[in-house]
Amino acid sequence: MLSVKENHPVEFSAELLTKFAEVASRYPQGKQKSALLPLLHLVQAEYGWLSTDAMDKVAHFLQIEPIEVYEVATFYTMYFLRPQGKYNLEICRTGPCCLVGAERIMQYIEDALGVKEGEVTADGLFSWRGVECLAACGYGPVLQIGPEYTFYENLTEQSVAQLIETLKNKAQTEA
Amino acid sequence: MAEEEVKFRVTIDGIPVDVAPGTSILNAARQIGGDIVPPAMCYYSKLEGSGGKCRTCLVKVSKGSEKDPRPMPKLVASCRTTVMDGMEVQNITSPEVVDARKGVVEFLLINHPLDCPVCDQAGECKLQDLGYEHGAEQTRYEFGRRTFERIDIGDKIQLHMNRCILCYRCVYVANQLTNKREHGILYRGDHSEISTFIEEALDNDFIGNVIDVCPVGALTDKTFRFKNRVWFTKPVDAHRDCPSCSGKVTLWYKGADVLRVTGRKDEFGEVEDFICNTCRFDTKQTNDWILEEPTQVDKESVINANHYYNFNPPSVITENPTLQEANAEQLARTEKLK
Amino acid sequence: MGRKLLLEHIDVPGINTFDVYRQQGGYRAVEKALKTMSPEDVVEEVKKSGLRGRGGAGFPTGMKWGFLAKPEGVPRYLVCNGDESEPGTFKDRYLMTHIPHILLEGMIVSSFALGANTSYIYIRGEMMPQIRIMEKAIAEAKAAGFLGKNILGTGYDLEIYVQPGGGAYICGEETALLESLEGKRGNPRIKPPFPAIAGLYGCPTVVNNVESIAATVPIINDGGEEYAKIGIERSTGTKLISASGNIVRPGVYEIDMGLPVEEFIYSDEYCGGIANGKKLKALVPGGSSVPILPANLISKTINGNARLMTYESLADGGFATGSSMGSGGFIVFDEDQCIVRNTWNFARFYHHESCGQCSPCREGTGWMEKILHKIETGKGSIEDIDLLWDVQRRIEGNTICPLGDAAAWPVAAAIRHFRDEFEWHITHPQEALSRNYGLAHYADPIAPVVQ
Repeated sequence: MLSVKENHPVEFSAELLTKFAEVASRYPQGKQKSALLPLLHLVQAEYGWLSTDAMDKVAHFLQIEPIEVYEVATFYTMYFLRPQGKYNLEICRTGPCCLVGAERIMQYIEDALGVKEGEVTADGLFSWRGVECLAACGYGPVLQIGPEYTFYENLTEQSVAQLIETLKNKAQTEA
Repeated sequence: MAEEEVKFRVTIDGIPVDVAPGTSILNAARQIGGDIVPPAMCYYSKLEGSGGKCRTCLVKVSKGSEKDPRPMPKLVASCRTTVMDGMEVQNITSPEVVDARKGVVEFLLINHPLDCPVCDQAGECKLQDLGYEHGAEQTRYEFGRRTFERIDIGDKIQLHMNRCILCYRCVYVANQLTNKREHGILYRGDHSEISTFIEEALDNDFIGNVIDVCPVGALTDKTFRFKNRVWFTKPVDAHRDCPSCSGKVTLWYKGADVLRVTGRKDEFGEVEDFICNTCRFDTKQTNDWILEEPTQVDKESVINANHYYNFNPPSVITENPTLQEANAEQLARTEKLK
Repeated sequence: MGRKLLLEHIDVPGINTFDVYRQQGGYRAVEKALKTMSPEDVVEEVKKSGLRGRGGAGFPTGMKWGFLAKPEGVPRYLVCNGDESEPGTFKDRYLMTHIPHILLEGMIVSSFALGANTSYIYIRGEMMPQIRIMEKAIAEAKAAGFLGKNILGTGYDLEIYVQPGGGAYICGEETALLESLEGKRGNPRIKPPFPAIAGLYGCPTVVNNVESIAATVPIINDGGEEYAKIGIERSTGTKLISASGNIVRPGVYEIDMGLPVEEFIYSDEYCGGIANGKKLKALVPGGSSVPILPANLISKTINGNARLMTYESLADGGFATGSSMGSGGFIVFDEDQCIVRNTWNFARFYHHESCGQCSPCREGTGWMEKILHKIETGKGSIEDIDLLWDVQRRIEGNTICPLGDAAAWPVAAAIRHFRDEFEWHITHPQEALSRNYGLAHYADPIAPVVQ
């Protein structure tokens, strides 16, 4: 059951709504529900996760029932139903990456960030989780960071340490 | 001269039947009746799009048709496979089918709470029947069973997600009988669940029918909750002049009290007419109804006989050691009743 | 050195742009097809080429196209399956990243052949960079008059859109992909009807893998017969192989069908041998769902013939001693790898990815994962191996879609070939936690079975 009960009202910007309309125009008349997955990606890129209110508004835009959005948002693993860290590190944990040390990298990230899989660091900057095969088996271990799903390949403990450092600095500069 | 109606001849477990083109194997078997009818946990003839999911109705097509006699490579869901002229199907006369069905029953039971002693569905539960007919005496599953958080979906319907087998029937009811879609499936895989999300109550005049279509005790009548075991109640067919539905129901009596109202179910457990919430939940006085007669209850049902009916297979099974072995539990049922 | 058809210009700087791709002879196939051929001619060439679906099932592409229903007044759709999610497979990502226009060119040719005026490229959502690349390629092609209304003045109209997935392996199954494209959960449909009759929005639809669609470009340029000259038997043309695991040079390679497996593993042109001077222990040749082979069944089949990179040779020996070409996800295991741990990992993957619609897969995949975890962590019993066998046996063939089979096969093959490694985990639980079973006897020569 969805644990998020508190209300997180959102107001979609005119810019976002324009993007919505562009996506919806890709499908034949009456088939606008097809835009659901791309729209949810757009909303998540904007807010970092999908609140109930955001999903309800997407439903309203596409003229479908809210449950149709919830069904989809809970089926696919890329949609977050609660806030994540500003940088959510998603490490591939499937067979081929494990052959080249993905499990060690996951352990390293857990130790380096000091939070368990799925949790967010106290400063809100980081969260991490293992994900299934990212179709980059020849470059493993790999991780990705949304919302643009930037890719980091052939990870070593050193390269991960450096990445975390870079992201911390980036956040500081942005702040 | 009237045009002759085209019929396809299909043979199921050696018994031929002529059916209209487009009929499913399951429905052809239902026309024959008896023990050769595959069980169905998810298919519901009155719900469009239902079926194909639970896999309890798997059968073997040993001959595709007269034109193309090749057998089908895999077992098929009889509820979603249409007959061809000359098709030959094996259900309980195929050890492969019986074994696959035992497998499906085992899969359905590994995460089921088996809380029949406190479940209102006990006595009219399809999973209980299947477990009795095809299940092993002991579980081979030694891990923790899946559980879900409790969700309150209102004062009329009780949801026990732990018991759900994800047949999707309730979702189809919500979609097809009610004006607004509030019921759905959330998450995926073995954590899929029926939910209304954020504890939203279901309110629609026909939503109560999710109770009647649920094959297990996942959706039960809250107004009947813990009132009695179904086999201690006496079903009586009745009707009333209802402005929203047919008003044809079954009243479940304990003494002079109506404990529960349901739709009238046929021999395959399907309701004849979907009834409205007013008839189901709010009309529980004998005065409200015109009584017809005691409901004809299937002899197999514990409600009627307090025990299961004899297994009555086609003679080929009693003559064939392999088939006897495959149907050992079912045959033992008859022995127990002697 | 094999012929390169798809990756011929991979090293040309800027080949990901329209202009450079065009300078290298790109979009000739579009010109040829639209200006000099009828849609039927294009279908005929693809049939002649012997091209088989590159996504995993290996079904002849031309035949699949031939099944497409063509009722009057009903739109037809081509949907490209770029949901690449089969563990061990990353060729489509590679192709879209580096040569997006070959996919687009193939999409135009194929859409023309099928009579589709709107086509979709469904790309898994995690490949957001590739989605951006394809969107850019579409914009470039459209600006150059290769998409949109009246393409090259031929009167043929076509729009192509990219559709992102949301994170679900099951959407690689074509009917689940169509459901997802319609904005729904990725639950595979119950067939029949097949997509060729009722697919996207209930209209006749063909779903083809990225590589299959790209392969239509050389087929149209050079002719189907020329394409069919490459390869052996019913394995024609070239194939992209994604090589991963414990090898010196992991990556994507385009090979001629028929290359010996041994050469592919050890030649410096391809994998370059086993990394760190280790020995080969096992191979999964076609993505995680195909049967794993022990070292002594890799270079040679059970009959003693050289094992080749073809649909037929990889499958030689059936499930008993063979495997499958699958999607070409070539995963190599060295002597330090634990087969039990890897089987558990794959089982966890399929459990995680099961859509949950049908009972055997929904319940069975989780059960297999739990039993394997129990064995891997030193708590298993010998009976668990038989139970595991029984569970996989009762999933296989009894589910709505092939995910059930895909989950069952790797477990079955691991038990079939590596049973003593499972038993060792059970009889030596402490030792199994601290060291691996190693190569054991898995590379020992086996006497050829001559029929």
